[in-house]
Amino acid sequence: MGLTITEKILARSAGRELVEPGDIVRARVDLVMGHDVTLPLSILEFERMGATRVFDPEKVVAVSDHFAPAPNIKAADRIKMVRDFAHAQGLAHYFEPGCGQSGVCHAILPEQGLVLPGFVVLGADSHTTTYGALGAFATGMGSTDIAAAMALGETWLRVPESLRLHYRGEPDRWITGKDLILHTLGKLGVAGAIYKAMEFCGPTIDGLAMSDRLTMCNMAVEAGAKNGIIAADDMTEQYLRGKTSRPYEALYSDPDARYSATYEVSCEELQPQVAFPFSPDNVRPVQEAGEVSIDAVIIGSCTNGRIEDLRVAADLLRGRQVSKGVRLIVIPATQKIYMQALDEGLLAVFAKAGGAVSTPTCGPCFGGHMGLLAAGERAVSTTNRNFVGRMGHPESEVYLASPAVAAASAMIGRIAHPEEVVA
Amino acid sequence: MKTLRGKAWKVGENVDTDQIIAGRYLSLTDPGGLAEHCFESSYPDLVAGFARGDIIVAGDNFGCGSSREHAVVALKALGVSCLIAKSFARIFFRNCVNLGLLPLECPGAVEAIEAGDEVRVDPISGTIENLSTGVVFDFKPLPPFLEEIMAAGDLTMFVRRQLRETDEL
Repeated sequence: MGLTITEKILARSAGRELVEPGDIVRARVDLVMGHDVTLPLSILEFERMGATRVFDPEKVVAVSDHFAPAPNIKAADRIKMVRDFAHAQGLAHYFEPGCGQSGVCHAILPEQGLVLPGFVVLGADSHTTTYGALGAFATGMGSTDIAAAMALGETWLRVPESLRLHYRGEPDRWITGKDLILHTLGKLGVAGAIYKAMEFCGPTIDGLAMSDRLTMCNMAVEAGAKNGIIAADDMTEQYLRGKTSRPYEALYSDPDARYSATYEVSCEELQPQVAFPFSPDNVRPVQEAGEVSIDAVIIGSCTNGRIEDLRVAADLLRGRQVSKGVRLIVIPATQKIYMQALDEGLLAVFAKAGGAVSTPTCGPCFGGHMGLLAAGERAVSTTNRNFVGRMGHPESEVYLASPAVAAASAMIGRIAHPEEVVA
Repeated sequence: MKTLRGKAWKVGENVDTDQIIAGRYLSLTDPGGLAEHCFESSYPDLVAGFARGDIIVAGDNFGCGSSREHAVVALKALGVSCLIAKSFARIFFRNCVNLGLLPLECPGAVEAIEAGDEVRVDPISGTIENLSTGVVFDFKPLPPFLEEIMAAGDLTMFVRRQLRETDEL
């Protein structure tokens, strides 16, 4: 019997020939990441463990992205704790806005070439699943698990069953990775892949840009998945070129690998998707959204704050204005993307349209800062969660969509299809 | 592990960690401060009426969403003695084990327990008893490796021992 890519990566990291779903393995980890919300707790536990040094300062990454730049003194204290730890441990990679390279963790780690195919990556953040787009096994954990991994360089993992999600068909021009994953979440539900690996494959995925693949793996966790994964291919190699020269050995699912289920997704007829409050699986095609007037549009985050996302939004907004009564906030996910968008004139497009452009931060996505919603307000957001109170007041509402739908909605003042603004 | 006893508080399906503790409170690290804001928007009366030792009984996928360990820290500080759910989201489940808060998967018990019922949990015999109705359920034991972590108190103590043993080699 063959193995899936996820099983092979876990077997290799555990030093075993074979693993089966349900096995509990001790796996060596290639990269451990934490940020300013989760790392302070990890640091306290790391000390309580009696640990003094991280297992490898090249393989532990700290990112101040959630509250940074600090909106209040408590947050400033937390960020300082992370910064001091990074420096004291001599971590090779610490990212914070205003200190050179910076950005939202799940955008900057791939951008800096820190994640390679075949890696086992642990992050103290649920959207760590993002890195699966590079053919790595990547999963989120809590702070104490991350503290243990920082101390030991290993963790325990239950080998997950794998779901095979096979996409075929040439999608419409407005369909992005965000629409594919929202559609998939609608089919699976928020507990549809609980404890499982979601393996995305098929001709549509083969043709998908890395930015879209990252978006899909990012939201695998919204179905409860342990990891999302896409096997490395030419696109992956091309993406990594220039970012890293480190060698890697990619792994691939065997043709006779076992899956707990296979889903066939036909993409030809797919329309842009919107997830209504208060769950990422509450999706419908944008044409069926009805008249949903909005107060704010957020474009950014680890889900959709990459340069490709900003280009799509800017193409729609160029020479146009944000609808009266709507505020647009655009947050490039990393400093490098910010600079690229600056050079390409995208930031000017957003500013001229009346939008506000922010330095990289997770800010509003988790209801932290930088544009929260008041009671009764509605936002279209390119982020990943629309739970009750996620981006502000418990009586506010978040509608999740692609950057194209978000930009179109900003111009019209209600949830809108991009075709409505392309004359 | 000793027997636990408390009043049941019922919450629904797919309760996410944003509901347990909202993002705006994540710059807090003081457990008591976090506990004050537990379930603030979804079950606003829970904190005021909650007695130390009480038990939260939930539907499927409890603790889904964000990996924030603050959710478990807050529940522990609130005095939750154990969690009974139809199923747990995986990161949240790990966080519970790692912090020594017992997560019990038992769909039958969830169906048979009403809000306000007195519940007794015996971790040794692996039973959940609804003292208000007399109905008893067996729960699925944790895998042995996780039992070891719980027995050490929490993952921190477990790793502390491991690091010390490595030093002695």
